Amino acid sequence: MRDLLAVVMLSGIYSLLSASLFLDLDAVDVAFTEAAVGAGISTLLMLASLKLVGRFENKSRYKPGLALGVVLVTGALLIYGTLDMPYFGMADAPAHLHVAPRYINDSMAEIGIPNIVTSVLASYRGYDTLGETLVVFTAGIGVMSLLLVSRQTKEESYKKVPADMQQQIILRVVAKMMLPLILLFALYVQFHGDYGPGGGFQAGVIFAAGIILYTMLFGLGNSQRLFKRKTMELVTAAGVLLYAGVGVVCMLLGGNFLDYNVLRHDPVHGQHLGILLVELGVGITVASVMIVIFFKFTWRTVKHKYKE
Amino acid sequence: MDILLDIISWFFLVMGSFFCLTGGVGLLRFPDFFTRVHSASLTDTLGAGLILVGLMLQAEWGIVTAKLIMILIFSLLAGTTASHAMAKAALNSGLEPYENDKKESSSGEKT
Amino acid sequence: MNILGLYNYWIVVLLMMIGFYIVIAHENLIKKLIGLGIFQTSVFFFYISIGKIAGGTAPILDEKWHLYSNPLPHVLILTAIVVGIATTALGLSLVVRIQEAYGSIEESDIQAQDSLDQLECSLEAYGIRQFENLYDQDLNE
Repeated sequence: MRDLLAVVMLSGIYSLLSASLFLDLDAVDVAFTEAAVGAGISTLLMLASLKLVGRFENKSRYKPGLALGVVLVTGALLIYGTLDMPYFGMADAPAHLHVAPRYINDSMAEIGIPNIVTSVLASYRGYDTLGETLVVFTAGIGVMSLLLVSRQTKEESYKKVPADMQQQIILRVVAKMMLPLILLFALYVQFHGDYGPGGGFQAGVIFAAGIILYTMLFGLGNSQRLFKRKTMELVTAAGVLLYAGVGVVCMLLGGNFLDYNVLRHDPVHGQHLGILLVELGVGITVASVMIVIFFKFTWRTVKHKYKE
Repeated sequence: MDILLDIISWFFLVMGSFFCLTGGVGLLRFPDFFTRVHSASLTDTLGAGLILVGLMLQAEWGIVTAKLIMILIFSLLAGTTASHAMAKAALNSGLEPYENDKKESSSGEKT
Repeated sequence: MNILGLYNYWIVVLLMMIGFYIVIAHENLIKKLIGLGIFQTSVFFFYISIGKIAGGTAPILDEKWHLYSNPLPHVLILTAIVVGIATTALGLSLVVRIQEAYGSIEESDIQAQDSLDQLECSLEAYGIRQFENLYDQDLNE
């Protein structure tokens, strides 16, 4: 298939299908994240880069026989390697015997929120989540430095060019109606992550998706008047600072790094507060990084209008 | 009363899945982009809508029903807007609707 | 009967091999990135299918359910999905810059331009040395 637009659309459908498959495998948080990230942001970014690099692929000039052979041999070796793995769905597989029962049994008593995935993500394995937030932050910095925008052209010109989509009245009206609902839903997912599927990442991605919808319909200039570059850079760093800051405050109050028990008079309340602040930091960073990345890609696509 | 509620919700679920299926068949068999967009939007509005109504009858009055109503409203809004956007984009890029030319060829063979 | 219980691993290996094939056999950089995404998704399936317990439910505590699926793979995969999107975004911005620098995103075009550039550089170095020898001879005369 040589039309890359069709390939990107199919990969978006593939992400949505895999999200529904995750749902069938009882992984509700993962399905939520995969649907938001894979079928939403990933497809958007690929479409934006397709606009910049060209839609069609050249014909390949050689037959991939060797690649097919390597793939078949590797696949056969991998299937041979999985022959003594535990069967699908067995309750006494080694994966379920050591750490997981402790999390499932003690999570309510030690942390007190029903969603075990959030409690493991934000409290038991909080250090990993700090690393993940740093990875997202680094990706944002990387994209910012790769797709750099020179200062003069941006400041003088993003006020003048009208949005491409001024004739699309129906889309603009519906987007204006839906945007507050989308942002409200993002906040709901952020703070309800303790009681149902949700949490910081999904909320950040949904917030960014709402802002991206607004940007696509009303123009980059309007959006950038609200989300200026300096502000977004500061906000991105502020999210990570919030997360690490909670850890340092825990150390100052006498506990270990990211040990939320010491934050309040009662360990369970301390855990609640710690998880709330930490998820807020994650959500802020993810939302601003996604918005910044999309702005950088979009700026490159409209840059040609400003070259005289 | 429970049996009646069950039967009605089953009816809605079956009708919803029937419309989803016909929408999918239409997506494959229609000759043109615009007709295919119509059948895809049929899947989104009628199919998903009837399934959601059937699910609403299965759940008791509570937070689940409220969430399902919100999902219904949102998917109706978003689905129809998306198919409108696709059709308008295709029209703006110059895609012509499908013209059925069979009438002219069947009237005379020599022309 | 015993082998059929392992069907989830076969699906995982199939998806993994499809992603692998796309990465090594296609030339277009965007297709390679999409193949990498398929590879990542297959690894997610691997972990999540290990964590599923037959007859269990999602790991959100509720009074009505007693058997929960393992929450630990869910946490790992949540992190992995977000890291995956971060690397995809970086990869796409690299592709955009490559397009601006080389003029195309086909791997063979990029390699041809690179080897041509290397040839030019070495020729230039050789040529300048020759030119310097001529200049010295002129001075000596």
